[in-house]
Amino acid sequence: MAQKMTYTQALNLSIKEEMERDDRIVLFGEDIGKPGGAFQVTKGLWEQFGSDRVLDTPISETGFFGMAIGAALTGLRPVVEILYMDFCAVAMDQLINQANKLTYMSGGQFPVPVVFRGQQGAGRGNGAQHSQSFESLFCNMPGIQVVLPSSPNDAYGLFKTAVRNNKPVIFLEHKLLYGIRDEVEVGREPIPFGQANIVRSGEDVTIVAVSRMVQFAKEAAEKLAQQGISCEIIDPRTLVPFDLETVAKSVQKTGRLIVVEESHRWGSIGASIIHEVVEQAFNYLDSPPKLIGTENVPIPYSKPLEDAAIPSPEKIEQAVLSMV
Amino acid sequence: MDKERLIEAYTVMRTIRRFEETLNDLYAENFIRGSIHLSIGQEAVAAGVGLAMAPQDKLTTTYRGHGHVIARKTPIRFLMAEMLGRETGINKGRGGSMHFTDVSRGVLGANAIVAAGIPHAVGAAYSAKYLKEDFVTVTIFGDGATNQGAFHEALNLAAVYQLPVLFVCENNLYSEMTPIEEIVPVDNMAERAEAYRIPSFIVDGYDVEEVYGAVKKSIEDIRSGKGPVFLEMKTYRLVGHMYGDQEIYRSREEVESWKVRDPLSTTADKLAAMGVDINGINASVERDIEDAVSFAKESAWPDPSRLYEGVYFGE
Repeated sequence: MAQKMTYTQALNLSIKEEMERDDRIVLFGEDIGKPGGAFQVTKGLWEQFGSDRVLDTPISETGFFGMAIGAALTGLRPVVEILYMDFCAVAMDQLINQANKLTYMSGGQFPVPVVFRGQQGAGRGNGAQHSQSFESLFCNMPGIQVVLPSSPNDAYGLFKTAVRNNKPVIFLEHKLLYGIRDEVEVGREPIPFGQANIVRSGEDVTIVAVSRMVQFAKEAAEKLAQQGISCEIIDPRTLVPFDLETVAKSVQKTGRLIVVEESHRWGSIGASIIHEVVEQAFNYLDSPPKLIGTENVPIPYSKPLEDAAIPSPEKIEQAVLSMV
Repeated sequence: MDKERLIEAYTVMRTIRRFEETLNDLYAENFIRGSIHLSIGQEAVAAGVGLAMAPQDKLTTTYRGHGHVIARKTPIRFLMAEMLGRETGINKGRGGSMHFTDVSRGVLGANAIVAAGIPHAVGAAYSAKYLKEDFVTVTIFGDGATNQGAFHEALNLAAVYQLPVLFVCENNLYSEMTPIEEIVPVDNMAERAEAYRIPSFIVDGYDVEEVYGAVKKSIEDIRSGKGPVFLEMKTYRLVGHMYGDQEIYRSREEVESWKVRDPLSTTADKLAAMGVDINGINASVERDIEDAVSFAKESAWPDPSRLYEGVYFGE
């Protein structure tokens, strides 16, 4: 049953449905109780499921990330809200040394079914410590899955997979996607990880984009279509695991590849995607692949500077025009 | 402790001591890689804690945790095989010295990051409370760990949510190679627990009976729903922080002054006075050690073609 709702409402509904289905799912996070979370993703859940299950935590990321991991090792399926993804930095040990490594280091003795979810990204003038995109960093931590829904329907369907599987997940929302409204197939099957979504079919150039960058790519593609240039937009939806096959197939058709990401371009996942495609489909490429990422500066506060730092539909359009 | 229990405690302590002395030899012979951190001198804490825990209880520990896992009765063959990096190791050779894990015996893992396992224990305790299960979680850490944020955050969480967790601080007087007194403003680590209104007690960690008694009582209280408890074990490590430590931070005399109270000798004396055949126990421990070493040496190496196995559970 398709229903129009915001990205926030879609997430909220997905979490609520999953908690109704499985009482091992518990929520930990700052202000997620009565306040419903700073971005209202957990609105109403404290009232419905109670304060033992929707745990309003102190501002102690290391403490409650670690607590979620310990709870996951002993039968629960915690979902941790990270108020701003930037705050992971104070608790990075629990992500980079614990959540992702305990299964492997133990010789596969237990799963670590935790979902770490929250919003990230620039564009709202939140300054350098509330605006960074971390997907590239998280992709360099073997053992954890990296998920970035770009639409309400994906948020709804990907969350279900995240909370139902036995592997730790970093679920990256975008602060400027929360307000977008679109159709959600309520009651749909979970969306599997590692299955890219071809957002728009095209012939001339393949644009790989995640999270908010999908919106930018769609805007650019509209304008380019008026100039007779046809773009294929692929949203991988999950970066770990990554659906290389769909991307490589598309590049074989179009001969051109642009990757758009909001993480900083040096040492980025976009660079890795390009590298893999070049290895697999070099002979199909008609021009050097392009990477559009955030400039290698801390995200500035002032609007003209912030705009200059991050990708935009115009930058994508220019990149395509320079290739075809 | 009755006689049988004391014999068991001595056997565990002797096994830990001989296991770790053997590790030193095997390290020198290049059978063991990386770094090893021995707990020689601290065995009474391990034995007392291990014996006081019920089978369903959980444990998180540290990179100086060989003894804690041995005291949970994981067969030392599998621990020795892990030290030698073999497929038969308790962690299939994927972990090594600092990561002994044995879920079947409630050992949720030894952790190589100081204090990182403490919040895990609090999370396990949350599970017990939420799922209404009967287990208590014990987390063992050193005095140095009380300077970590993870320690303070974990204590606060346990206190605020009144979770069934026992904090066991092994205060061996040295934070790695630095005297703890130089880097904390308190005399006892237990004072730090008081700030979180967690009942705390100081225990002679060189007296296995006292350790056992304190842990048993604390676990009973916790199991009955009284919330977290903190125990500070005053102990001492008779060897360096890690293999190769020159120990320039302490005097020979200081080490000797603790050796006089070595919990193995004092317990052995006590048992001998009760007419127990200590040599017999020692010989039996020696056979176990030899068996573990030959088991480990004869075990197969992990197959490199299975490198990715276990990155995710069940895959």
